[in-house]
Amino acid sequence: MVEASSIFSGKRDALLLAALLIVLALAAPLASALGQPFLLRVVTRVVIFALTASALNLVLGFGGMVSLMHAALFGLGGYVVAILSYHDFSSEPLSLGLFTCDGTSHMAISAPLAALVGACVAAVLGAASLHTSGAYFIMITLAFNQMLYYYFVALKTYGGDDGLQILGSLDLLGLDPAKRVPYFYVCLGALALTLIFLQRLVGSRFGMALRGAAQNERRVIAVGIPAFRYKLAAFAISGAIAAFAGALMAGAQQFVSPADMAWGRSGDLVVMCVIGGLNTVWGPVVGAAAFLVLELVLSDYTTHWQLPFGLFVIAVATLRGVKLFNRGQA
Amino acid sequence: MSISLFLEQTLNGVQLGVMLFLMSAGLTLVFGIMNLINLAHGSLYMLGAYFAAATANATGSFVVGVVVALAATALAGAVLERLLLKRFYARTHLDQVLVTFGLILVFNEIVRLIWGPTPLNFAIPAALAYSVQVLPGVDYPAFRLAILAVGLGVAALLYLVIQHTRLGMWVRAGASDRETAAAMGVDVELVFVLVFAAGAALAGLAGLMAGPILAVQVGMGEPVLILALVVTVIGGIGSVKGAFVAALGVGLIDTFGRVLLSPALGAMIIFIAMALVLIWRPRGLFPVHG
Repeated sequence: MVEASSIFSGKRDALLLAALLIVLALAAPLASALGQPFLLRVVTRVVIFALTASALNLVLGFGGMVSLMHAALFGLGGYVVAILSYHDFSSEPLSLGLFTCDGTSHMAISAPLAALVGACVAAVLGAASLHTSGAYFIMITLAFNQMLYYYFVALKTYGGDDGLQILGSLDLLGLDPAKRVPYFYVCLGALALTLIFLQRLVGSRFGMALRGAAQNERRVIAVGIPAFRYKLAAFAISGAIAAFAGALMAGAQQFVSPADMAWGRSGDLVVMCVIGGLNTVWGPVVGAAAFLVLELVLSDYTTHWQLPFGLFVIAVATLRGVKLFNRGQA
Repeated sequence: MSISLFLEQTLNGVQLGVMLFLMSAGLTLVFGIMNLINLAHGSLYMLGAYFAAATANATGSFVVGVVVALAATALAGAVLERLLLKRFYARTHLDQVLVTFGLILVFNEIVRLIWGPTPLNFAIPAALAYSVQVLPGVDYPAFRLAILAVGLGVAALLYLVIQHTRLGMWVRAGASDRETAAAMGVDVELVFVLVFAAGAALAGLAGLMAGPILAVQVGMGEPVLILALVVTVIGGIGSVKGAFVAALGVGLIDTFGRVLLSPALGAMIIFIAMALVLIWRPRGLFPVHG
């Protein structure tokens, strides 16, 4: 592991971050100049997946926890928005056991609520997973991912396997998410704020303790820092961001589906973090962009694009053992 | 619940349990001995089903299909271990997750290239295509009973090999402490290949038996892989005995959960059970490493 001070040479990272965000921001005028509205959809996807991968990297890259349940947390956030909108559209109240509440199509309410639900679910499942470590942790998070996946597949009221179309029109403080250009900038703004927050978080005392626990948990405990609580807090924050990203995706697509929660998607997110680099805050943004562009290019070239893509992932995994590529171990 | 339904569901649960045991035995040994998380274990299950279906359809003989599929999956496992995965034993778990995740994509796509995207036809062998009256009024398909018998037979055989042969002693020694076993003169490289090949063949066996009752299609190994991981975690990584107990438990809980509980809860019950077991015993029911 590289010295902490050299990873967080704040200025260089801040400049790279700003450059990345400007490049992404230019994509919208570029798409309209080229007359390719399709391009805007791609870049919106890149921004939302960058947000999700950044959430994962807080626990994976900085916390050393290989979580394979982030696709489920992402999907969960989308379902919060979609289900609340469904009850708003059908005017039947949502029953939550003892009490009921009305649905809403206001994303200013449902998206923060999605983040809250994401944080709570991540905290509960994270607490169960963090009882274990290493390989057990990986397998358990994978199992929890599938638990949430099967849960939504079994929810026939909300479309089950087929997913849930958002029929009413969503509203984000007066903005209709179906208007692609302004909504893209909303997503980009959310990404920018999150990255700034994460950059500050990993440089703070909290981040130091988290990174310390990733490298040597016993030593961190020995100096009197409750590593478990730090890891759990990081997991909950990560869950909140991932679910919020899922809420944004529900707005962008007007559709949610359990397919987006399948465990393969969690694997994709891990691949994004790894190819972008695990020990910077901006790495997952590069990784998400590279992943989605590669997927787009390969799938345009052949329907069997998963074959070269799988070989690429195997090559990345193999080369990570070589010193040159081996800067960020988790 | 009537007695006949109860009996039928119990048989279904035990049958799912023995299938899961065949899957988890390889998974838990590969993890326990080589310290490798093999997410691609489900791909070997899929390959077993495809090899058996393609051979049986070409030759008209189910038995030939079984023999060819077992040999081919064992060979695939051995080649995979020698060419690629042995490099990953000393790597981080993250690297292992990545490489085996990449392998899943590659295997799925290769199968799709060779056999196409539609499920492959795989009929129950004519000799077993009838129902047996297990109790008055309770009919049960003979093929499913055969799966049950084969699964229990293989479990007994594994027990004998692991507990009462020299090879089994090496395997147990390797699972509890690899370095010491190597220092005591165990040819660990040989044990690694054999364990990987045997694990692959067991996964292939589970796949080829599931083929005629489920569907032989791309990605068929992935739901089973998840259940096998749950079994491995509950049983304790590296413990074949733990895998057997946990596999039967998971098979029964899953089967009865789906009958007795609401669909949403039924789909989640084994994962909840797993979480409860781990809160009680974080290293599974039968921990192997000290």
